[in-house]
Amino acid sequence: MKLKKNIPLIDQHDKLGFWGGKFGGSFIPETLKKPVEDLTNEFQKLRVNKKFIKKRNLYFKNYIGSPTSFIKLKNLSNHLGGAQIWAKVVSEANGGAHKIYNATVHALICKSMGKKYIVGDTGAGYAGKMLSMAAKKFGLKCKIFMGAKDIKRQKPNCDAMKKNGAKIVPVYSGSQTLVDAVSECMRYWVSNCDNTHMCVGSTVGPNIFVKICGWSTAQISRELKTQLKKEFKKIPKKIKLINCVGGGSSAYGFWSEFIDYDKKQIELIGVEAGGPKKSKLHAAPLSRNAKIGILHGAASYVCQNNEGQIRETESISAGLDYPGVSPIHCFLKDTKRARYTFATDEAALNAYKMVTRFEKINPSLEPSHAFAEAIRIAPKLSKDTIIIVNSCGDAKKDRDILKQRLGKY
Amino acid sequence: MNNSLISQSFKNAKKENRPALLTYTVAGDNSKKKSLEILKSISNYADICELGFPHNTPIADGGQIQTSAHRAIKNGIKINDVFSIVNKFKKTKKNKPIILMGYYNMIYQYNENKFIAKCKKSKVDGIIVVDLPYPENKNFSSKCKKNKINFIQLISPTTSKTRLKKIINDSHDMIYYISMLSTTGEKLKVSPKKIMREYQKIKNQNKSKNVVIGFGITEKTIKSLKKADGLVVGSAICKEITNSIKKRQNTVINVTNIVKRLKNKIR
Repeated sequence: MKLKKNIPLIDQHDKLGFWGGKFGGSFIPETLKKPVEDLTNEFQKLRVNKKFIKKRNLYFKNYIGSPTSFIKLKNLSNHLGGAQIWAKVVSEANGGAHKIYNATVHALICKSMGKKYIVGDTGAGYAGKMLSMAAKKFGLKCKIFMGAKDIKRQKPNCDAMKKNGAKIVPVYSGSQTLVDAVSECMRYWVSNCDNTHMCVGSTVGPNIFVKICGWSTAQISRELKTQLKKEFKKIPKKIKLINCVGGGSSAYGFWSEFIDYDKKQIELIGVEAGGPKKSKLHAAPLSRNAKIGILHGAASYVCQNNEGQIRETESISAGLDYPGVSPIHCFLKDTKRARYTFATDEAALNAYKMVTRFEKINPSLEPSHAFAEAIRIAPKLSKDTIIIVNSCGDAKKDRDILKQRLGKY
Repeated sequence: MNNSLISQSFKNAKKENRPALLTYTVAGDNSKKKSLEILKSISNYADICELGFPHNTPIADGGQIQTSAHRAIKNGIKINDVFSIVNKFKKTKKNKPIILMGYYNMIYQYNENKFIAKCKKSKVDGIIVVDLPYPENKNFSSKCKKNKINFIQLISPTTSKTRLKKIINDSHDMIYYISMLSTTGEKLKVSPKKIMREYQKIKNQNKSKNVVIGFGITEKTIKSLKKADGLVVGSAICKEITNSIKKRQNTVINVTNIVKRLKNKIR
């Protein structure tokens, strides 16, 4: 298994859609073959269409607010000693998280395909909120599938979805979290694929959805590359790019421009959700050695039992609370290009406390997992090491959890 | 595989001038023992029995079958139990075809080759894998064929004409036509006339293939499709199990009655 250079990772799959011969693919019911094929053809056309790219870039700039800032966290760096810690504040994007990139592109594709309805899944509620925003912006009718447990714990985002005119469909099956929301959303698409476009909220699902999402979030690393060159004159010698990984959309977006670099120069570190310290449950298939399995139309490392039943996961962060992970991250793991680890609920909360004490940013619980790893390794590293954390979500949506766990928000 | 039990069942039904009746129940619903009893009892009226091996993240099943699967998993059903149910069933009903139906991850975890070997040993006649479409299923399908197990291809209203030809070419004795864009157990939202028209398109490609229609078939709708080679009823049966449990009635008797009534409607 080997990575190729000068080809975007999203395109390094074989004819059947597998990365590294075994991750990804399209394990879908016959009914979805045609809509998936149509979508694949449409995307193939659009991504090389200059007019479409121009339109996308225009919306990225004027609607999403690209580029998001790249800042040094001086106080935090000074407090910890060792490496310099920087943040790419993607949470500045319209709506408060990186999910807006994928949502905007899907809405544009939906429009271009002449479909009037768009549906999507959501965990933390950001994917749903952003899709509802994009739907409103482009005049599409929108339905969002969300686990009943997540609806309770991410209320601010639900309020936003409703305000944008989207219908939230609560999902009561299984663990009532993201995994069930994605299943229900796919089932809905099976029944309505003739007039409805489906947006998968992360770099997961059948091959084409991994590609569209990765293509959309890659904007983050394009910006970062320019910003690095501007700040340091050239790409520094020792960089560590730390990103949380649930499905893996922000991590891929954050890394995509840097995958071709030697890992001694640019190390990629993915941080999964380790769950509560004392719990056996987690949402960390990569770093806690789950077996390969098929979930939501793709093969990836999946939290599951010996029989192949998908296991319940547990994490304080709804956005990372997912038993599977993107096939492209499985590929990056097996080719050893990226290193994956996990942070517990408690570590993420402590990281949140520390970051907000020293800095003016307000990372949600998802990137707080990435900050936990940065805080852990920074003191041991040299001063010329540049740690960059993707602060990919804003903590407003977590106010209830933070109030409850930390006594204040 | 022309003289498979599956082909034979279609021939027998044809002799009686009616479509074959196919039932779907979930192995282990609501217990291992009960699901075997249900299977044995309904097979007196059904021509072919589909037996689901439940998965907890199904992407094409509606509420009724999800509920059945959930009950079965909660009651501890394992893949090996599914094989042992088939084994026991075949001891008394050796000529009644059994088709296992489920999602690919279960087979993948069990190991494809081991799964097929176990199917052969317990005399499974056919396999349907919901999320392993053509051409992804080529390899698995040919392995089945080598072991004289029918791999059943699915065709849906969205299947293109060129694709249709390829799938039929690669199919074995039986093809499953999905009546409408839907998960299992939704209300029939397409007219029977239209469904039969699509069905005929498949038949016109190759008359020798037995084509069954499934999804949305209930006591109400079954009669309108009786010109097909076979008709599958699943959710309506699973729903009956749920209702019987709720009312604390005998699931075996109630489910058998509904299958009996279905059969009478297509005679």
